[in-house]
Amino acid sequence: MKVLVAVKRVIDYNVKVRVKPDNTGVDLANVKMAMNPFCEIAVEEAVRLKEKGVASEIVVVSIGPKACQEQIRTALALGADRGIHIETDEEVQSLEAAKLLKSVVEKEEPKLVILGKQSIDSDNNQTGQMLAALTGMGQGTFASEVVVEGDKVNVTREVDGGLMTVALNLPAVVTTDLRLNEPRYASLPNIMKAKKKQLDSMTPADLGVELAPRLSTLKVEAPASRQAGVKVADVAELVDKLKNEAKVI
Amino acid sequence: MSILVIAEHDNSELKQATLNVVAAAKAIGGDIDVLVAGENCGAVGEAAAKAEGVNKVLVADNAVYGHFLGENLGELVAEVGKSYSHILAAAGTVGKDFMPRVAALLDVAQVSDIMRVESEDTFVRPIYAGNAIATVKSTDSIKVITVRPTAFDPVAGEGGSAAVEQLDVVKDAGLSAFVNEELAKSDRPDLGSAGIVVSGGRGMQNGDNFKMLEQVADLLGAAVGASRAAVDAGFVPNDMQVGQTGKIVAPQLYIAVGISGAIQHLAGMSDSKVIVAINKDEEAPIFQVADYGLVADLFEAVPQLEEELRKVK
Ligand SMILES: Cc1cc2nc3c(=O)[nH]c(=O)nc-3n(C[C@H](O)[C@H](O)[C@H](O)COP(=O)(O)OP(=O)(O)OC[C@H]3O[C@@H](n4cnc5c(N)ncnc54)[C@H](O)[C@@H]3O)c2cc1C
Repeated sequence: MKVLVAVKRVIDYNVKVRVKPDNTGVDLANVKMAMNPFCEIAVEEAVRLKEKGVASEIVVVSIGPKACQEQIRTALALGADRGIHIETDEEVQSLEAAKLLKSVVEKEEPKLVILGKQSIDSDNNQTGQMLAALTGMGQGTFASEVVVEGDKVNVTREVDGGLMTVALNLPAVVTTDLRLNEPRYASLPNIMKAKKKQLDSMTPADLGVELAPRLSTLKVEAPASRQAGVKVADVAELVDKLKNEAKVI
Repeated sequence: MSILVIAEHDNSELKQATLNVVAAAKAIGGDIDVLVAGENCGAVGEAAAKAEGVNKVLVADNAVYGHFLGENLGELVAEVGKSYSHILAAAGTVGKDFMPRVAALLDVAQVSDIMRVESEDTFVRPIYAGNAIATVKSTDSIKVITVRPTAFDPVAGEGGSAAVEQLDVVKDAGLSAFVNEELAKSDRPDLGSAGIVVSGGRGMQNGDNFKMLEQVADLLGAAVGASRAAVDAGFVPNDMQVGQTGKIVAPQLYIAVGISGAIQHLAGMSDSKVIVAINKDEEAPIFQVADYGLVADLFEAVPQLEEELRKVK
């Protein structure tokens, strides 16, 4: 079966985020960018499905500026077979991303679509669910285990109370949580091979999707910063402070 | 304006998060209806009717909603919600699952995880793991919003007397089925709404050592949480994870034991009123946000803490 994986280029998760002085956003100039960690897990899961003989082809898609091709190449080096780049320099919000992915789904007809549960920049946690709704597919969100059986996929989900398993008809959408797997690193030969893999580029207009953001960001501010407090000498002092100074116990 | 709040519950009890979401709805202003969708959830409907500021409670009681499957809830809420100006749910794993489906079915954007209401169309929400705070304005006719419960003080759960109406809307998308669940059982307070949280990290070394934290937690009436590293290492289950991708907590007191203080962890607890850090590394970043820091080996400090707490309790 064919698996489609969507990946997003975001600020590297180790980078300290700085709000621009004019409060229009976050400073991304000369900042290290990388594949969103949840998307790495999505790619890894697809590659494992292929290694198990469940997946036959892995198509990876990314939406954004030219530079996204780096992340697509990374996914190709990790084991994806073919890449699709939907190129735009505009801001793409979740609903539009879902509409763009929907048109890719209609063309490619994958049996399984795997996405990260959220991207660590906008922290929205929406695109996979929106895509599932738009394409009339079931969804296994926040997945910690994915088992394909015949024309169904069983997805174990990380939920507030613990774990919950659902059975979805295929085709279906899965969004990854952190414990689904531990992504591998790409080997040098595979990075070289990835350069020769097919990567098709298209625009939102080619897919018949007009970008029309519904949300506008009025300002972006740094959070109220906490001041470091005091060091206490021992446990007795700690308990005394909690009881008599902070009055929280 | 008319606001539909989707209740969070387990078919028998209304979760406190619902009261926080009603508070967010009050901040928007307008008539507030609550939708309780579940199976044999009549008691939840009655409880929701008592919440302060609720106009009407709609109960959709059917087996198709029993496990809160996003596909079915999505269709139900899109259908019921289309006559409202705002649809709100708590940003827990149920709300995060079905609300984007609602938004997509209504062809509107979703505003995720709001922490503040500026006006009927403008909301404040964290981005970049809380390292930046965005003010966003929605131009959609229906605003689909998930609410960070800890950011809004709950309305009173008693005193109201809203009318309860049964809804006969059965939406079975036929796409998914419940198989099973493994829910953690605990007599301790719920992590998301506990007044005190004691959390352990990789420094705890194994799951057994978490018993030390549980003893401290029980003395304080606290919930027990964990860092991702502790969950990944298998010390404790995933529902205990605090952070950007785990639970968001904002208790009166948060005690971090053997946790270094990575930004992804801080994203889940830095709104706590008082933070205590116990860590043997005095350079650990957790000390930069801690009101009270104790540089010590946790295997000595935690038993001492238990002892000292027994004295003062
Ligand atoms: C996309 C993404 C999302 C993430 N989401 C989350 C999230 O939601 N929540 C989360 O917590 N993390 C999250 N993380 C992981 C995060 O980056 C850190 O790796 C994690 O928080 C570290 O956990 P820790 O502090 O327990 O472990 P460590 O960083 O290993 O720290 C252990 C600490 O214990 C101390 N220690 C060790 N032994 C003792 C002792 N005997 N006495 C006292 N102190 C001791 C050490 O000094 C150290 O400071 C995420 C990461 C990514 C990439």
